[in-house]
Amino acid sequence: MTTRKIEILVGGFIVLAIAAFLMLSLQVASSGVAGTGQSYRLHAKFENIGGLKVRSPVKVGGVVVGRVAAIELDTTYYRPVVTLEINNSYSNFPETSTLAILTSGLLGEQYLGLQPGFLDETVEILADGDYIEDTKSALVLEELIGQFLFNRGN
Amino acid sequence: MIADKLQQLGAGTINNVRGFGRAGIMLFGALLGKPDIRKGFPLLIKQLYVIGVLSLLIILVSGLFIGMVLALQGYTVLVKFGAEQMLGPLVALSLLRELGPVVTALLFAGRAGSAITAEIGLMKATEQLSGMEMMAVDPLRRIIAPRFWAGVISMPLLALIFTAVGILGGHLVGVDWLGVDGGGYWSAMQANVDLYQDVMNGVIKSVVFALIVMWIALHKGYDAVPTSEGISQATTQTVVTTSLAVLAFDFILTALMFGG
Repeated sequence: MTTRKIEILVGGFIVLAIAAFLMLSLQVASSGVAGTGQSYRLHAKFENIGGLKVRSPVKVGGVVVGRVAAIELDTTYYRPVVTLEINNSYSNFPETSTLAILTSGLLGEQYLGLQPGFLDETVEILADGDYIEDTKSALVLEELIGQFLFNRGN
Repeated sequence: MIADKLQQLGAGTINNVRGFGRAGIMLFGALLGKPDIRKGFPLLIKQLYVIGVLSLLIILVSGLFIGMVLALQGYTVLVKFGAEQMLGPLVALSLLRELGPVVTALLFAGRAGSAITAEIGLMKATEQLSGMEMMAVDPLRRIIAPRFWAGVISMPLLALIFTAVGILGGHLVGVDWLGVDGGGYWSAMQANVDLYQDVMNGVIKSVVFALIVMWIALHKGYDAVPTSEGISQATTQTVVTTSLAVLAFDFILTALMFGG
């Protein structure tokens, strides 16, 4: 076995490994937010976030436009504040848009549903760091059942 | 009677500590000091070939079959819940986080680790190492260091190849044979696999396993009793000790990375 042959085989081995790494990082793992590129951040306050997690998707009509970047608790009012990272290619949502915590399927993961609102002269476009005012909290099954039983009692 | 037992315990402990000390000194001597790139690089390439390229076949074949078995077993359970579109994440996450690094390390210990121990043990038995010292060639730098680095470089690469081939094997069984939707296989995988959390932590794991396997294999060979029986014992010990150490460290690393 000549040195040249060995070196060629080692080179082939390294190339194969790089190909495997590229496949794992591009094909298997999703890189960052929906697609690539820049993103901007919006905030929203909720009463109850249910089972929402960091990296849960933000969808408009089922299309993923961003992900949850952080979930914190506002220590003045003790309400959860969710930070969203929205892809820059979806950058003109009016400030009348509403945000709801929805569940995919009966037992599926929870995600944020963004519903774009109307736009006229008095309404501004949401920019980086803005708050979405109109939010709807997660449905908590126990509360729902409790309400149902309470109504049946009347 | 009790004093005898105590003496045995003490002697055993001292032996263990001595072994650790010798292993540490060996690694220290091999890795410290200015590396001579002009002389060291051809040695490293040779060892990359012996340790990495020649392990490729067993890694490719076992990766393919483990991916196929995972898909087959995962499918039978998932289909009962109507959740067969989660087959992709199941296969990808089990391979990336656990099976890729761990099975590669076990195969690597059996395929390359035992060979290294036997080779160095035989060098010691035939007094090649002493011969090198006579010629003012440091055997730690010439024999130990290239093998160590070649192992540490090639094992993460082998683990990546193992994982990629396993995912393709899962695709082969899940999509082409059992009829899971191919687009769903990849898209559910992309939605659930994170580049840093899963891929990078798997690579970190296999680097740690490579350090463990190479250190133990080299030390057992370098420290072997220079007889035919001693070499066979050292080879056995390499496979047993590395396998146990890899499994134990896998638990610790998993608890640190994914447990919190």
